[in-house]
Amino acid sequence: MTDPAVVVSEVTKRFGAKVALDAISFEANHGELFGLVGPDGAGKTTLFRILTTLQIPDSGRATVLELDVVKDLWAIRSRVGYMPGRFSLYGDLTVRENLSFFASVFGTTLKEGYSLIAPVYRQIEMFADRRADALSGGMKQKLALSCALVHRPDILFLDEPTTGVDAVSRREFWDQLAILRESGLTIVVSTPYMDEAMRCDRIALMQDGRILQIDSPREIGARYPLPLVEVFGRDRYRLLLALRKAPHAHSVYPFGTKLHFTDDRKNYDRAKVAAELRDYLAREGFGEIEINPIEAGIEDRFMDLMPSVQRAS
Amino acid sequence: MTAVATQSAELAIVAHDLTRRFGNFTAVDHITFDVKAGEVFGFLGANGAGKTTAIRMLTGLLAPTEGSARVAGLDLKTQTEQIRHRIGYMSQRFSLYEDLTVLENIALYGGIYGLADSEIAERSASMLSALGLTDEMVSRLPLGWKQKLAFSVALLHEPAIVFLDEPTGGVDPITRRQFWEMIYAAAARGTTVFVTTHYMDEAEYCDRISIMVDGRIATMGTPLDLKREFDVPSIDELFVRLARPA
Repeated sequence: MTDPAVVVSEVTKRFGAKVALDAISFEANHGELFGLVGPDGAGKTTLFRILTTLQIPDSGRATVLELDVVKDLWAIRSRVGYMPGRFSLYGDLTVRENLSFFASVFGTTLKEGYSLIAPVYRQIEMFADRRADALSGGMKQKLALSCALVHRPDILFLDEPTTGVDAVSRREFWDQLAILRESGLTIVVSTPYMDEAMRCDRIALMQDGRILQIDSPREIGARYPLPLVEVFGRDRYRLLLALRKAPHAHSVYPFGTKLHFTDDRKNYDRAKVAAELRDYLAREGFGEIEINPIEAGIEDRFMDLMPSVQRAS
Repeated sequence: MTAVATQSAELAIVAHDLTRRFGNFTAVDHITFDVKAGEVFGFLGANGAGKTTAIRMLTGLLAPTEGSARVAGLDLKTQTEQIRHRIGYMSQRFSLYEDLTVLENIALYGGIYGLADSEIAERSASMLSALGLTDEMVSRLPLGWKQKLAFSVALLHEPAIVFLDEPTGGVDPITRRQFWEMIYAAAARGTTVFVTTHYMDEAEYCDRISIMVDGRIATMGTPLDLKREFDVPSIDELFVRLARPA
């Protein structure tokens, strides 16, 4: 176990004229909770399909648990757990039947896999005889995770497990991932939700088949290159338009009830940015404005790194 | 009755005890709320809380079992057909035709909404320039652009109210914000926006929100008032507290 659990080196994959993955490289360590963060079309699913041996890269090389994804596909398949983005269980089988089926495919039984899946499975065990189709979204997701775990894999690949799932179920799901990570399992997970990325050990920000940056969630924010302040006030839309016209405005984006204002002067004191903005907004007729210097988060950094996207008009 | 009639001039939606049962399961359980004209109203709830059923009733796709509602000043039970002409709808997943071009899609929906050819031509041109799009196959557009186009098409017939069901799922963070700016712009022109989302930061972009739990509206108010009332730092916290199943 000297090499990292996942090693991806210059992997490229095209579909016709579209480049789904453009010479991607990264490593995920043993026992790490590694996140691929990016919107639809970033290439996350293609990457998972390559790592789980369902697709072959056009060029580049990738290993999972020191096994080559092209040459050693059968050896890899028995050692990875994979939860695809789309619900892929058998809707007309019951919860228990689905689990037994996936266990048997890997030559094991539900009983043998039980201890690993228990923290997740216990929450749906009372519905063991219900058809999978009749489960709620959150429960389907728990069943899918149980099925991906039942053969005791050494590494788990989860492709957007929380997409379309409500905020409560998402939080519960990430609590369960934290427990699995504690048990030593390596987990590679993708998500379009930037807030979830905070719960990973390290993340790769992905967009249009490229990796924009890889780091711990905290470091990603710390790399933000320009002074950032949050602005809070009434009539947010008018405030947003006014801030875009402020001197030295680099970008202005809504964040919840606040607006994030990035100044275009590198290393300029954030307190000064706040003071100047306060004066500017007072001149523009805005009263009761609150402005605070802040540290950038993942989403700030992601938007700053996004190439070739047209800025809001 | 007269009170409701006079109010409905400023109220885009008035729902009273709206209920829908499927067999012995009550999906929507006596919900009462109103949405002001020009308001951005966030309709939140966990999966299975009854949001989709409520939206299907409000858009005239599903008859209520009990209760009443007025949508755009029209009675949901007796004026369903007129309501359909006064509302726009954009679903969770992209709802345009992938194998038609942008203009063909606009023309198709314009025709369905009964717009004259001259109106379609005029609005097509202004829509393309506002979005910065050229006329190409819809299948070739990135997801974010498709969603912005779908929203514009939902506004094509200048509806009083537009219903958006998770319009920003899977969309990158910049496009997500551009989408919300389009929502603000529509609201500023007087269109009422009724929107669902799983992004809790987006909930805070709304003028008012409601949170549905088990078929009922558990709470409703401005994001700021609700955070004060429940003493929570974010709507995310509030949502988790209210919606976590027992």
